Amino acid sequence: MKKEFILPKTLEELWEARAVHPRGALLAGGTDLLVRIRAGRADSQALISLDRIPDLRGISTGDGEIFIGPATTHQQLLDDYSVQKHLPLLRQSVEVLGSPQVRHMGTLGGNICTASPAGDTLPALYVLGARLDLRSPQGCRTVPIKEFIEGPGKTVLRKDEILSGIRVPMPDPGFRAGYHKVGQRKAMAIAVVSMACQVWINDHGTVGRIRLGWGSVGPTVKTLPEVEKFLEGRPLSLEVLREAGQMVSKGVTPIDDVRAGAAYRRLVAGRILLRLLDLLRKEVF
Amino acid sequence: MKIHFRLNGSDIAIETDPCRRVVDILREDLGLTGTKESCGSGECGACTILVDGESRLSCLMVAGQISGRKITTIEGLVSQGEMHPVQKAFVDHGAVQCGFCTPGMVLAAVDLLRRNPHPGRQEIRRGLSGNICRCTGYQKIVDAVEAASRDTGDKE
Ligand SMILES: Cc1cc2nc3c(=O)[nH]c(=O)nc-3n(C[C@H](O)[C@H](O)[C@H](O)COP(=O)(O)OP(=O)(O)OC[C@H]3O[C@@H](n4cnc5c(N)ncnc54)[C@H](O)[C@@H]3O)c2cc1C
Ligand code: FES
Ligand code: FES
Repeated sequence: MKKEFILPKTLEELWEARAVHPRGALLAGGTDLLVRIRAGRADSQALISLDRIPDLRGISTGDGEIFIGPATTHQQLLDDYSVQKHLPLLRQSVEVLGSPQVRHMGTLGGNICTASPAGDTLPALYVLGARLDLRSPQGCRTVPIKEFIEGPGKTVLRKDEILSGIRVPMPDPGFRAGYHKVGQRKAMAIAVVSMACQVWINDHGTVGRIRLGWGSVGPTVKTLPEVEKFLEGRPLSLEVLREAGQMVSKGVTPIDDVRAGAAYRRLVAGRILLRLLDLLRKEVF
Repeated sequence: MKIHFRLNGSDIAIETDPCRRVVDILREDLGLTGTKESCGSGECGACTILVDGESRLSCLMVAGQISGRKITTIEGLVSQGEMHPVQKAFVDHGAVQCGFCTPGMVLAAVDLLRRNPHPGRQEIRRGLSGNICRCTGYQKIVDAVEAASRDTGDKE
């Protein structure tokens, strides 16, 4: 059967298209959806493109937060000044996502809604405390990202809703940020383990506040508040990070898959913490 | 569905299934076989085209998405019988073996040099990281792109 293709130019046209094609799929950059359709792992009566709706694109700043339209491409994030200045963590995670072509096509909203355990922007968005606007013709609700993603490929998005905005609180100044991704090769590799970190270090060299999130070591991004608490008040020394790394290895819940075994992932999730030593030499934002 | 777009400098309109892949439209309907398909799943870059000047993958795009856009394929880089400087550099540096990856490599390089006219070798490697050469002629490909970027100085 032939599939329909709809290119709405406003949200009103989008709601109309969805009413006409209740089993139609939303198409953002298509870098996940079209791969799945071709592999026979997804089907739909219609493709409804989000590409030409200005309300769903672009980045704006205000009220202490950065608002990102879901159909904003990864490349647009990399080119944006406010992202460079305030969200270096998100920027670093987008830099290592896919390839140039994939970053020109793929969108932030697509990465979030795919809800892959290996999704590269997700650890950063958890660490940054991002909140998501979910909109339907009836109205809009806002949920924290950790409540939005329920498991691999599973979100709380209702049938009539779309992700219509990503709200990232502007972090307090004086932090360092790092995204560390371990994959099989540098470019275009799906993460075997990844870790996002944002840390504020006191004048006397101890950790004031730290936020950590791991990818690919559980069904969704893993946060470990007990590890953050352990690190706060301590210096980021080799001994401290080794001890914290053991807590991490115990705390994560990885699986075996084609890319790596669970035991290896557990080990790397802890050892990757040693990369925080590099952060001490890095730029303070 | 009728789809209007600009292809290699000319406005065209085609009647097609809007969910047909762009790579199939280019190769099968329009006879532009310079665009190659290898993996069909975004991994290799052989099907790279420029959409409004930006490198994208024609195996992961459907016809409806290019409506109103400017498309450049490898055939569109030649102007008035003259090869594009990146194409010339590929010839001069022997950056072509079997040639299957070449159209995609060249277009990815054109986009890279538009964003960053004087990339270092490491930046060139990153800029071409979405394109795989099965003949593994990477060294000469990087040489060619470096030569094409007027300043051949290594920035590392
Ligand atoms: C070769 C290749 C390499 C890749 N490498 C990486 C990588 O290194 N790291 C990584 O994280 N990902 C990677 N990906 C996956 C993919 O590119 C990203 O997840 C990308 O961000 C998806 O965005 P998209 O706009 O292309 O999504 P699409 O394919 O358009 O959409 C994905 C899903 O989300 C839904 N959706 C999209 N937008 C919305 C919205 N606003 N509201 C509701 N639902 C929506 C769609 O209906 C669909 O189900 C790779 C993909 C390819 C092909
Ligand atoms: S054929 Fe499109 S990326 Fe390989
Ligand atoms: S020259 Fe043969 S694939 Fe690159």
